[in-house]
Amino acid sequence: MFKILKYSFYDLMRSKWSYFYFLFYLLLGFLLLFLNNDVSKGIITLLNIVVVLVPLIGTIFGIMYFYNAREFTTLLLAQPIKRSHIFLGQFLGVGGSLTLCLVLGLGIPFVLYGLLRSGAIWDFSLLLVVGACLTLIFTALAFNVALGNTNRIKGFGYAVLLWLFLAIVYDGLFLLSLLIFEEYPLDTYALIGSMANPIDLSRILILLKLDISVLLGYTGAVFKSFFGTSKGLIIALIILVLWIVIPVRLMVWQGNKKDF
Amino acid sequence: MSYKWAIGCILFGIAFVQAETIRVCSSCTYTSIKDAVLIAKPYDTVLVENGIYKEINIWIDKPLTLEGLDLPVIDGEDRGEIITIVSDDVQLSGFLIRNVGTSYTADYAAVRVIKSKNFTIENLQLEQLFFGIYLEKSDHGKVINNRIIGDAVEEFNSGNGIHLWYSNHVEVLNNRIEKVRDGIYLEFSDNILIRNNKSLNNVRYGLHFMFSNEDSYEENLFENNGAGVAVMFSKNIRMTDNTFRNNWGPTSYGLLLKEIYDAEIKNNRFIKNTIGINVEGSNRIRYQQNDFINNGWALKVTGGCYSNMFEENNFLSNSFDISYNGQLNDNKFDGNYWSNYTGYDLDKDGIGDVPYRPVKLFSYIVNRTPETIILLRSLFMDLINFSERVSPVFTPDNLIDARPQMQQI
Amino acid sequence: MIQISNLHKSFKKNHVLKGIDLDIDKGGIYAILGPNGSGKTTMIKSILGMIVPSEGQLKVDGEDIAKKFAYRQKLNYLPQIADFPGNIKVSELIRMIIDLREQTADHEPLLDTFGLRLYLDQKLSTLSGGSAQKVNLVLTFMFDNPIYILDEPTTGLDPNALIRFKELLKRERDKGKTILITTHIMSFVEEVADEIIYLLEGRIGFKGSLDALLELHKAEDIEHAIAQMAKTMVDV
Repeated sequence: MFKILKYSFYDLMRSKWSYFYFLFYLLLGFLLLFLNNDVSKGIITLLNIVVVLVPLIGTIFGIMYFYNAREFTTLLLAQPIKRSHIFLGQFLGVGGSLTLCLVLGLGIPFVLYGLLRSGAIWDFSLLLVVGACLTLIFTALAFNVALGNTNRIKGFGYAVLLWLFLAIVYDGLFLLSLLIFEEYPLDTYALIGSMANPIDLSRILILLKLDISVLLGYTGAVFKSFFGTSKGLIIALIILVLWIVIPVRLMVWQGNKKDF
Repeated sequence: MSYKWAIGCILFGIAFVQAETIRVCSSCTYTSIKDAVLIAKPYDTVLVENGIYKEINIWIDKPLTLEGLDLPVIDGEDRGEIITIVSDDVQLSGFLIRNVGTSYTADYAAVRVIKSKNFTIENLQLEQLFFGIYLEKSDHGKVINNRIIGDAVEEFNSGNGIHLWYSNHVEVLNNRIEKVRDGIYLEFSDNILIRNNKSLNNVRYGLHFMFSNEDSYEENLFENNGAGVAVMFSKNIRMTDNTFRNNWGPTSYGLLLKEIYDAEIKNNRFIKNTIGINVEGSNRIRYQQNDFINNGWALKVTGGCYSNMFEENNFLSNSFDISYNGQLNDNKFDGNYWSNYTGYDLDKDGIGDVPYRPVKLFSYIVNRTPETIILLRSLFMDLINFSERVSPVFTPDNLIDARPQMQQI
Repeated sequence: MIQISNLHKSFKKNHVLKGIDLDIDKGGIYAILGPNGSGKTTMIKSILGMIVPSEGQLKVDGEDIAKKFAYRQKLNYLPQIADFPGNIKVSELIRMIIDLREQTADHEPLLDTFGLRLYLDQKLSTLSGGSAQKVNLVLTFMFDNPIYILDEPTTGLDPNALIRFKELLKRERDKGKTILITTHIMSFVEEVADEIIYLLEGRIGFKGSLDALLELHKAEDIEHAIAQMAKTMVDV
């Protein structure tokens, strides 16, 4: 598995798209800090980008890589290598190189601007952890879509739709349901609804750091115990990890029964 | 001429001779503070040496200086009130007073001043108390440099740190008050100056005004209280250079204004409060040059508020800048800096060319269905906020800052 | 060596293999023939484990291969060049395959045989079809394993390379290897095949030596024999 990871990783590190992604984040980081000159405000802007853009890029990269590496995959399948290792290796190769681009691309400008001496270091680290998780989640989801669709155009379309759904449409429907049932106690429902979407979950994880003051403005006992203690942070992180593990397991399962 | 001088000299001599110092310690003539106070003549000094004195109901009914050396302890053993001052010109300083009795029928205090003038209460440490320093119809006094640390958990069975009732012209300076009900409480007390105090971790309010006018508080820190400061039913209060920080909770505010008039709120910092300032039915208030940083809501305005002016304030990274319930009612926002402002300044005059709308549609939705707060900062919300900004439907369309600043003030 | 019993495979509604029974128990060159869509590639890929059978059993060296992977140590596979990664250099690909298989390889003489030394630093996508196929051959033949499975090995080869390839094949056969080849070039079959396995519509139509095939259909050459066979089977 590590050999495959290594080759996928080398392969991506040679592709110009990885550099594009890396430079994009580097530029973004510098731009944000240059415009704001304030690390903590830069982090808020960054939240929006991480929660929306990172999943999109993970999705597109994942699906593109999978389709482009089809020949490579076929070659590997004829070798004495366990199938699950082939897909896991490729997944980790893509997810790993994207994560590296994200962490370095954003990390370098913020470190240069004195992040290490600022109190925002923990918020920023959390942001990067969440970004890494989202990258892995959406790469895994994209691999699943690709494994299910031999037709590239269809697969690409479905993957982008999946992103669109989780990034925007889901929240719209969610809001609608909250407004319709506003007469009822909703805080448990609201929490579960947010956990069911990795983008919402990640957003809440970061809100726990940035907007705790407003989140504690509610009387609901469930909200209070979730947001008011470290319980919320721990539960959210565990579910985020589940959000990686489950699509990856699904990917391995799909890969094992697929014909090439 | 010389006759008059001689008389003066004699009178002065008598006064000097009469002002004695009485010492209290375990091996002194007087081992009890109460006895020493009883025996002392007006304008004497009672000097108490280090030790533990288990006494209550020390009654000071004459002008006196009662001073502790090396912080002697007066332990009330939860039996009742400890020092009561009923005379003008009393100076009290340098004691650690602990274990004041708790009662539901009498408001026992560590130190109570009744109908007296020109008192000074200084350098006390109060612990395990019910009420701390209780001023009752007493004017022209000073409360300076005291440390009050209670152990209050619930509102109903705890008292206030410094309590003023019908007391005017009092200065409350450099005190530190923690874990009581209200850090400082004023009722029917006018012309009070409250400066450079720290009021922290109190169950209810850091500072509480009721029916008190012409007061000012400045350079104080209010942190992690049920709510920072509550100003209710009062007029002409000056609030300047204070810091309101980390006051979190469902009914938690940095500053709560309720039915107040003609106040000035200037140069304060509101940081990480659930609500920076909650305003209810308050009129003719000027908010100038305050910083609102990382609050849930910087401002929440409810009820009829008329003729309020918000100018040159900084609104930085608040989850919501303003929540407005009802009409704009002649309130003005002018020349503030809003970190959420996304406009431009083509003519380079430092003022954004497009007006800023501080009320978001999302804020309206959250007021209606609080649980939707879970969607804060989601892309979907940004999108509908944007569309609302382009064509306001739900939010008052005249609520704007026409001259948003491009640079922080 | 290879035993296939009752092998079925459907892709959705398309029933491609309809019960294949095949026993290859000794070395030699086996030509797998059949019209397009008869299931040749599907069968080969089933042996490689790239396709998961709907039904039936496959054994290599007496071991059931379902969900196994280690048995592929004994298998060298030459894919169609369409299934070849294009974005890496020839030398890197060779090194990578050796690294992945963790077997000792002898690719140096093969590089000389096919004249590939000049191309080592080129990316596979920049190679001509013939050169790519030569690389493919090197990758397959550089490991010394008992079973070879070759899918359309002659595609794009120039006459010179073809001659060398045939020599290579014969040499390996003489070492006692089992070699499975799919192809449409009948002259090539006539020249190298020891046995012919003919697939038609997902079933084995014929298995036996070339002479036996010609004898059976009283045909002069293999092309006619095959054509004849297709006809009679449809009649049946």
